[in-house]
Amino acid sequence: MNELAIKDLLYKLADDQLILGHRNSEWTGFGPILEEDIAFSSMAQDKIGHSLAFYTLLQELGEADPDTVAFTRNANQFHNNQLVELPNGEYDFSLIRHFLYDNAEIIRFEMLSQSSYEPIAKVATKLKGEVKYHVLHANTWIKNLGTSTEEAILRLQSSLNEAIPYALGMFEPSKYEQELIEAGVYPGEEAVKAEWLKRIQAVLEKTDLKLPDFATVEPKMGGRYGEHTEHLQPLLDEMAEVFKIDPTAEW
Amino acid sequence: MLTKENILTLLEEVKDPEIPVLSLVDLGVITSVEISDEGHVTVNMTPTFAGCPAMDYMKKDVERTLNKHGITSHTVNMTFDKPWDSNKLSEKGRQQLKEFGLAPPPKYDLILDLDILEHVKCPYCDSDNTDMRTPFGPTLCRSMHYCNNCRQMFEQFKPL
Repeated sequence: MNELAIKDLLYKLADDQLILGHRNSEWTGFGPILEEDIAFSSMAQDKIGHSLAFYTLLQELGEADPDTVAFTRNANQFHNNQLVELPNGEYDFSLIRHFLYDNAEIIRFEMLSQSSYEPIAKVATKLKGEVKYHVLHANTWIKNLGTSTEEAILRLQSSLNEAIPYALGMFEPSKYEQELIEAGVYPGEEAVKAEWLKRIQAVLEKTDLKLPDFATVEPKMGGRYGEHTEHLQPLLDEMAEVFKIDPTAEW
Repeated sequence: MLTKENILTLLEEVKDPEIPVLSLVDLGVITSVEISDEGHVTVNMTPTFAGCPAMDYMKKDVERTLNKHGITSHTVNMTFDKPWDSNKLSEKGRQQLKEFGLAPPPKYDLILDLDILEHVKCPYCDSDNTDMRTPFGPTLCRSMHYCNNCRQMFEQFKPL
């Protein structure tokens, strides 16, 4: 198996979790209710732990140590999709993003737990159980708020319309797509997307929210190849601010 | 002559820093102990939750405890080779959790249906007339519930 293909896959998994983990942590102290403050903070901690597990696999393949990889790259070296780097916005946007993202992430982990590449399969087997709680959280709130007041439905619908082009960018194929599929490492983005669509539709059908017609949506691609919005670099600067004061400090 | 059983008995001293009644052995995070012919001890551990900040502390605590008992030739590994799930908690561990005021996770068939979170048995009054308030809590491994019978909040060690 081409090691570059495995590394590319690991970087996208790790970077997605790290960047959304950081965004989730920005809710700490600002959640609309205490339980949501705790939920987003807990998911932040989980996701940053997940990124560490994948960066550790990368280190075993000869990449730099996890802290160096997480804190010293520039935006154009990150492989995350653009959805996760967007600012939190208001709670409705963060909730919609969380719903769209975690319903995809759990499918990736479920499929990767069957991967022919054993180190990824072991980590994914572990993480899928944890992400299940994130999906439960997202689906519960979408069902509750998506059938509640006119304002809640309007806000969620508007955030859904705004997030969908970026959400479709989550499934941007890698340049190693065919290779990974043939080797049984990863079933590929099209397979993940098809299953994702079924699962989010099953939840949205129980609400007053409508999925936009994908034919009218231009997916926001490029994240997997280092093309990002203007929002990623300031996030990275803030995330690495303490680390960069003294990169050799022991914590 | 050092045996695996000796090592596991020593490791009973090492407690979960966030649940100080529970040993790492009963928590189920010590996955194996190996002793080489030369007497080198290898302890393999696995995290409960990948992002748990206490895991590094627990690993160091295992190293400290081995050193304290004169076992200086050792390696402690943290791996996902045998991933942790909540069924790995021992019966003793479950009882200790309950006495500590945390509802133990229900045993399940490893296909986790989250409906089992809805009516967790209250650790204070044993009623199952309870509701889940949120699947997240003060640490990654806990969810928060309310008992309609004794009318108090309680936490559960989450099934995983």
